[in-house]
Amino acid sequence: MRGLGHLLLAAVLVFLIGPFVIICVAGLSGGETLAFPPEGLSLRWVAKVFTVESFRAAFWLSIALAFGSTAVALALGIPAAYALERYDPPGAEVVRAIVTAPIVVPGIIVGLALLRHLVIPLGIPVPLALMIGHTALLVPYAVRVVSGSLVNLRPDIEEAAVMLGASRLQAFAKVVLPNIRAGIMAAFIIGFITSFNQVPVSLFLTGPGITTLPIDMMFYMEFNYDPSVAALSGLLALMSLGVVMVAEKLLGLSRYV
Amino acid sequence: MSDFLTLERLTLGYGATIAVDSLDFAMKPGELVALLGPSGCGKTTTMRAIAGLMTPVSGRIELDGRDITRVPANRRGIGLVFQSYALFPHLTVFENVAFGLRLARVPAAQVRTRVEAALASVGLSHLADRQPKALSGGQQQRVALARSIVVEPKLLLLDEPLSNLDARLRLEMRSELARLQRELGIAMIYVTHDQAEALALADRIIVMREGRIEQAGTPEEIYERPVSGFVANFIGFENCFALRDGKLKGLAAPGFDTGTATGLAWRPNAVRLGRGAHRGTVAGASYLGQVVEYLLATPLGDVKAEVPAAAPRHAIGAEIAFDLPQDGAVVLHRD
Repeated sequence: MRGLGHLLLAAVLVFLIGPFVIICVAGLSGGETLAFPPEGLSLRWVAKVFTVESFRAAFWLSIALAFGSTAVALALGIPAAYALERYDPPGAEVVRAIVTAPIVVPGIIVGLALLRHLVIPLGIPVPLALMIGHTALLVPYAVRVVSGSLVNLRPDIEEAAVMLGASRLQAFAKVVLPNIRAGIMAAFIIGFITSFNQVPVSLFLTGPGITTLPIDMMFYMEFNYDPSVAALSGLLALMSLGVVMVAEKLLGLSRYV
Repeated sequence: MSDFLTLERLTLGYGATIAVDSLDFAMKPGELVALLGPSGCGKTTTMRAIAGLMTPVSGRIELDGRDITRVPANRRGIGLVFQSYALFPHLTVFENVAFGLRLARVPAAQVRTRVEAALASVGLSHLADRQPKALSGGQQQRVALARSIVVEPKLLLLDEPLSNLDARLRLEMRSELARLQRELGIAMIYVTHDQAEALALADRIIVMREGRIEQAGTPEEIYERPVSGFVANFIGFENCFALRDGKLKGLAAPGFDTGTATGLAWRPNAVRLGRGAHRGTVAGASYLGQVVEYLLATPLGDVKAEVPAAAPRHAIGAEIAFDLPQDGAVVLHRD
């Protein structure tokens, strides 16, 4: 039994970490095409990543999009989560279901629907379309994660603050927000990474010359089968890892997610 | 002395449900009033309306000569100690107590001296830097108390403040509360379902039942002369019997002026066993240390009797005589 358990554990670890290791190693290849095992080791493809103009533009768009859409999703999601938790308004269940829909519906449908029925009829420019699509995608995460930390917070501490002279808004700012800070940070990180790695929704909303990094990498691979995409993937994975590690160090993220 | 807090025909409800029905009530400055009643009687609802945490359906609340019915809770100058303590989990004990002072923009030096004085008055100066979750229930209770009194409210409301503590701590906190009230001279309304707490602490007790005041009076009045079966039962008269035509189930009730009375009630320790006009069968006996408590099955219904443990014991199933003496009875005028 014990041996089997260890085997299972090893298999899980191989499948979880294996692809990451393969991508990183492939990105350090010295050869001309994407291959594993690599033909010799070098940093030339890592260096190449930084010279591809479309990567640079797409990277900054993706970063701006991830920050922007996560911030907007939180600005909408925190009050929504608060209202759903504290006031249990009529139709709360319906709102919860609708807010969860983008998680359940395949992203490709969401992207197509947004394109056909919102972006094209209204002539919305590409960056704004991306922003709307990503925000819609992230609101459910924001609502869910923030709701999770509100559930653990007793509602009467707000009343206690009010009885000590605070307005409802002050009670929220001075008592509720500091106590759900960790949940908000967790929602921010989840939102940021989800947006940054997003393919299906972005696929329909990007346009010529304006594209996000994952989409740009896909198109790049269609024409150039060199290891630079693997090198870039490795760099992005390291960046995500860095973000999660910093968050863990600062907040003990693993307690909340 | 004029009235300090007045409730006039105060009606409170949740949606279509009326929780408190046209309540009238007045208290004097510095008085400690207990709102006593079982859960669901409207005592907590009344307290929340006084605090401003719920809006009355109709009626008026006046505090210190000012109509506060529509004044928001944070401008009423009323303190509230919550049953759950409701300490702010992200702040230290010191910052919890300082919260109200900082909101009022009290200068930092004053905040320090006032918080330190408040913590000293509840005996917690040494725990100022702790987080609330590192404190015991009794200590959290004291922090909640210090946090409420440091802002010097005109009126302090306490919602079942001792119900989450164990019996010993409850006694300790009870005398502590009494001492603080004496020292501060602040008017307090104490909400509880525990008659012993109400009797021990209050200057005046208001017994509530289904959203109305059932009886109001000093602890002595409530304890010795309950007006109704409900109050009698609540205050420890466990043997309550209805009267029909001035008689207890056909038996004459001699010596009582039973003119308008609807019932008679006895405390268990007023029932005498071994002799008397009534007979019953011992259905249960519990040894409680000082006393033995018997449950008798009688034609009147169940009778609970409490006798000193040194008295001769009665076996379960034995048929014995008992007496419901006139001097230990209260006359009830409502059920």
